[in-house]
Amino acid sequence: MNGYDVIVIGGGVVGTAVLRSLSAYRAKVLLLEKSSDVACGSSRANSGIVHAGYDAETGTKKAYFNVKGAAMYRALTEELDVPYKKVGSLVAARKDGLPALQALCDRGIANGVDVRIIGREEILALEPNIADDIEYALYAPEAGIVSPYQLTIAQADHAVVNGAEVRLEEKVIAIDREQDGFVVRTQKGEYHTRYVVNAAGAGGAEVNALVGEEAYTETHAAGDYFILDRKESGVVRTVVFPLPDERGKGILVAPTADGNVILGPTSRKVPHEEAEENAVTAAGLQYVREGVARLMKNVNVRSAIRVYAGTRTAIGSDFIIEESKKVAGFYMLLGICSPGLTSAPAIGEYVAEEIAGKLSLEKKYAIRPLPASFRFREATPQEIALKAQEDPAFGRIVCRCEKVTEGEIVRAVHSPVPARTVDAVKRRVRAGMGRCQGGFCQPRVMEILSRELGIPMTSVRKGDAGSEIAPYEVKDGYEIL
Amino acid sequence: MKYFDVVIIGGGPAGMAAAIGAREQGASVAILERDVRLGGILNQCIHNGFGLHYFGEELTGPEYAERFRQKVLADSGIDVYLEAMVLSLTENKIVTAVSPADGLIEISAGSVVLAMGCRERSAGAIGLIGTRPAGIYTAGMAQRLSNVDGYLVGKEVVILGSGDIGLIMARRMTSEGAKVKLVMEIMPFSSGLKRNIVQCLQDYDIPLRYSTTVTRVTGKERLTGVYIAPVDEKRNPILEQEEYIPCDTLLLSVGLIPENDLIAGSAIEMSPVTSGAVVDEYRQTSVPGIFSAGNVLHVHDLVDNVSEEAYVAGRAAAKYAAGAIEDAPIVAVRAGAGVRYALPQRIHRGEGTVRLYFRVDKVYRGMTVTARSEGVLLKKKKTMVLAPGEMQYIEIDKSLVTGDISVALEE
Repeated sequence: MNGYDVIVIGGGVVGTAVLRSLSAYRAKVLLLEKSSDVACGSSRANSGIVHAGYDAETGTKKAYFNVKGAAMYRALTEELDVPYKKVGSLVAARKDGLPALQALCDRGIANGVDVRIIGREEILALEPNIADDIEYALYAPEAGIVSPYQLTIAQADHAVVNGAEVRLEEKVIAIDREQDGFVVRTQKGEYHTRYVVNAAGAGGAEVNALVGEEAYTETHAAGDYFILDRKESGVVRTVVFPLPDERGKGILVAPTADGNVILGPTSRKVPHEEAEENAVTAAGLQYVREGVARLMKNVNVRSAIRVYAGTRTAIGSDFIIEESKKVAGFYMLLGICSPGLTSAPAIGEYVAEEIAGKLSLEKKYAIRPLPASFRFREATPQEIALKAQEDPAFGRIVCRCEKVTEGEIVRAVHSPVPARTVDAVKRRVRAGMGRCQGGFCQPRVMEILSRELGIPMTSVRKGDAGSEIAPYEVKDGYEIL
Repeated sequence: MKYFDVVIIGGGPAGMAAAIGAREQGASVAILERDVRLGGILNQCIHNGFGLHYFGEELTGPEYAERFRQKVLADSGIDVYLEAMVLSLTENKIVTAVSPADGLIEISAGSVVLAMGCRERSAGAIGLIGTRPAGIYTAGMAQRLSNVDGYLVGKEVVILGSGDIGLIMARRMTSEGAKVKLVMEIMPFSSGLKRNIVQCLQDYDIPLRYSTTVTRVTGKERLTGVYIAPVDEKRNPILEQEEYIPCDTLLLSVGLIPENDLIAGSAIEMSPVTSGAVVDEYRQTSVPGIFSAGNVLHVHDLVDNVSEEAYVAGRAAAKYAAGAIEDAPIVAVRAGAGVRYALPQRIHRGEGTVRLYFRVDKVYRGMTVTARSEGVLLKKKKTMVLAPGEMQYIEIDKSLVTGDISVALEE
């Protein structure tokens, strides 16, 4: 019998954080993800901000895990080799915004966050391109930026290196109680487990319904974003927010951890059936443009290399982080909207400790580190020369915009959570994320996937099933000279 | 560190012609090509229509490339580095590259010719609205997949943009049994060649709608369709007239951008209109000894013009490396009424003739093209039709030049 101690449903930043923390215990743990990769839902498309922690109402789970999570980021991202920078954040306000800013500042202090209100001169020193009528800002030096999908992937990889299992493209379709636990069924198999963690994000209410737990009413908010070319990276240094309103934190302008500039998001209510569609809207993009113009000058939106949308799912006003009272052994992590990314490492640690206590799991003596990575674009000429000598594939540039080598792509395909699709490769090594957006490298990435996975080119997918990129062969093959 | 008189970055049509030009002046030459073979994008252009001007006969892209390639490979004075990606170029002409065969490569150059070509504008760059499924490609990517790799991207096709690659792909996909339902162009005129509109669309009854764009794409994993709408004079879609076209493929042929990432932030003066360097008639940039030619300088319609331009640049680069480039007073060449840009942007006064290439800013009929130096007419040329998609030139006598030159359209 394939008995697990814990099954985590959902491979987002929360599910993988739980999995990673659990992998530090002597336990058999499994993560089931319905998509072709981890980080395919909200964890793929969000602002990538490590919030300082002044936003959430004091005393809430949001406030608690935000502050605790933010403090973990430096060490976590160093350990997992994930791009992260503590750049600080500003909430920018006009003259009449001072009372609201003060309230936010007071809340920050109550939450234990390092915040203070600064005047225009100090703002200008931090952000020379701030809009002319911005007089005050709430400055939070602890805020940071991170690559949310790289963090998610690294957490999953690290868990796998430490004995956890990740099964992709397995959608949970039934969960039945049995003696001492559950049997979790997917379209591919069934797995026995003592504990289930529901970290299914936008699908969380559906998973709840499978065990007869409350199918909470979720609200899904889609947000549109622009990503600007790297050459614009000098325009903003910190994370710049407007004053928050009832819909959220508003349109921000920020550097990304990978060196681009991010603008967005809107907050459009979308029905459940569109929650995973992530369609960009023209009105949304226009709203972002206007929001950016109110906040900063000299932001060249025309240099966008990508527009996309992401969805965040909320239930009520706070996170749900608790074991079901109706169904013992069923742990719910629901409504983890913003600041979910910031909170995830702390949630993971907390939930793992809780479950370990209940199941009397013991900590392992040692944790294996992730194998050292090689990123060509960050390497020195000496490192490049050495690496290319050792393996010529690390001297073969495939993605010219982001300087990604064949060696890095091959590694991604054979990483602990393997990249099986073009998008999965892209999220791991950035091939196709530059200014040409894969125009040149995508066919090459497809060839590498085809070769390394032993599948025909016609089966190489962009993402989930049905997304084959070049599904047909041409009638008359042409032999190049 | 190895030294070459002329180092050429890019081994497509421009790079190969520059190499040949430089060799004729006796220079030692290195070509750094990032692909596995010389030829650049010509290798995926299996249609014909190349070489009519340069060779006086009609060739396919690979055939055209092969003529240059044979010449380059037969010449022991040209070192060809393949799969070699140039990482940096310093002002004192140290070129750093990497390749699987040679690892890190450092070369010192007497002069450098930039011949990196161009890239296609992407869906992200045009802010495509809607979902992000498979089924959306730049025309060139679909072309590479079909013509080099042997795979067809889809069966029901809509094409946005009337650039030449899009037009060529309309015909190519039709010949593979795909149904090309529509080509649309946001402008009221095509950016492609007239002959391609006739031979690739009209001959196959593929409709072309001007002043029309895609307003939204649908489909989660694979494209299921596009919404399209006509646009007003400000290019804003008129959403009341939106219609839906089911399709599994959207090809984008919405512009080419010179790929000058290597010199971004360098001292080389750039033109905001062409997105390439500002050059003189030898295609020398504002940094002495660094030359630029082909689509990295400005996007051409015909490879024949690329070869010609790069040949001139290669010769001049060799002369520069030998210390033999003559110095003469420089005048500026400016785009006047109706002209979007003229190139070269400056020329030396002296003897001989020089061709001033230019593009117009919209379609004109029955205009006269003039080149004037300080108001004095140097040359005029009557034209029937001028379109932005067709690069033109006017040839002037340098000895008549007294000061700055303006190329303009006159009634």
